[in-house]
Amino acid sequence: MIPFTLQKAGSEAEALAAAAAGARFIAGGTTLVDLMREHVEQPAQLVDINALPLNHIRVEGDELVIGALARMSDVAAHADVCRLHPLIAESLVEGASPQLRNMASIGGNLLQRVRCPYFRMLDAACNKRSPDSGCAAIDGLHAGNAILGVSDHCSATHPSDLAVALVALDAVVHVRGPHGARHFAVEDLYLLPGTTPHLEHALRPGELIVEVRIPPLAYARTARYLKVRDRASYEFALVSAAAAYEVRDGAIQAARLACGGVGTRPWRMRAAELALQGKPPTRASFEAAALATIAGATPLPGNRYKVALLQRTVVRALELAGEGR
Amino acid sequence: MPLRLTVNGTLHRLDIDPRESLLDVLRERLDLTGTKKGCNQGACGACTVLVDGRRINACLALAAMYNDAHVSTIEGLSSADGDLHPLQAAFIAHDGFQCGFCTAGQIMSGVACINEGHATSADDVRFWMSGNICRCGAYPGVVAAIAEVGGRKLP
Repeated sequence: MIPFTLQKAGSEAEALAAAAAGARFIAGGTTLVDLMREHVEQPAQLVDINALPLNHIRVEGDELVIGALARMSDVAAHADVCRLHPLIAESLVEGASPQLRNMASIGGNLLQRVRCPYFRMLDAACNKRSPDSGCAAIDGLHAGNAILGVSDHCSATHPSDLAVALVALDAVVHVRGPHGARHFAVEDLYLLPGTTPHLEHALRPGELIVEVRIPPLAYARTARYLKVRDRASYEFALVSAAAAYEVRDGAIQAARLACGGVGTRPWRMRAAELALQGKPPTRASFEAAALATIAGATPLPGNRYKVALLQRTVVRALELAGEGR
Repeated sequence: MPLRLTVNGTLHRLDIDPRESLLDVLRERLDLTGTKKGCNQGACGACTVLVDGRRINACLALAAMYNDAHVSTIEGLSSADGDLHPLQAAFIAHDGFQCGFCTAGQIMSGVACINEGHATSADDVRFWMSGNICRCGAYPGVVAAIAEVGGRKLP
């Protein structure tokens, strides 16, 4: 590991001042420490933010509020989370391992780096790690990479399961920084790679995620997260789907669908949501909606299988979401 | 940097570099080599210890961020008179290991898994122990040991 300084922030003001002076925030450290050891990340200064009072999980009005420093395991087990938004609990439990979930914070989960193998391989070309160095994945190993939102510069998927659930639920991320507070949809936290894949998120320099707020959704209680992967547990998604819908008089009134493992960011499937509206909750309706999810897909030879797998995952997730009613 | 750490009930005062992981402090500074370094990237679980009762990967923990923490390692599990912890005994009874390199991590993770209430069935154990990899493939014994003890009330 390259030498760095570590300071502990006793307050948010101290943390923001340290960040303004060039320090990187560290909470659980499960991504950052790993990448620093590999020299992929080389911060000269770290500021430990774990003493900040941001580990809250509570209901405010009709919103569920999750502090950025709440741990994945605590959020997944929290009674209000399980009652109001079981999708969030399910997506968390399906991610990482119990040990990592005890360490990893919600803010850090949202900002975790990609798992494309070349991102961690210092002698390989990677536009995300070293801008304009090229992309080794295009002609190399890319079976895990994205088929939506891809550019010639990068096809890495965002690995967070939680982010997929939050995008489906229209969650809002709140940040504070040197120029005050802002908030925006979790979906807008993530940038498409385009020609600048090293720019991954919409945070401005020195801004700190403080909490995530999830608005109420009447049919959220039957929402399901389905994760398809190479082993049964403790593995990143090849494809995942967060699905929820409301049925009245035999027809779907409204639906939410977001997918992971297929997009360069957590991917909301709005065309599929529209395709479900007014339709009966049947396999035929789900298959028609699934077809809408692959519009515009640009697979590489090694991840062409995701075009079919995405559709099957969506159909199965919609079926699972129906079983809870 | 100064670090105060309580490990298996004993308070230690150390002066460490910010780069040192909790795993390296346990092994290299305190000579507690029961906790193993497998992948050193949070993927294998061999370094699992309990911090304030919760299982974590000590390899991904910067020790300096754990000032005043209470750490439990495999060395502190058996009783003072040398009696094995029930889960240690169950690992022997069920052949829950072959080479033994992952075993300290498996047992510490298993203790937490049981305390969390996640060891009520074999399927439960398989899911909640997925952060501990065994290269020898001794999983049937690991699962049997944890599931057996998980069905009991631990001291």
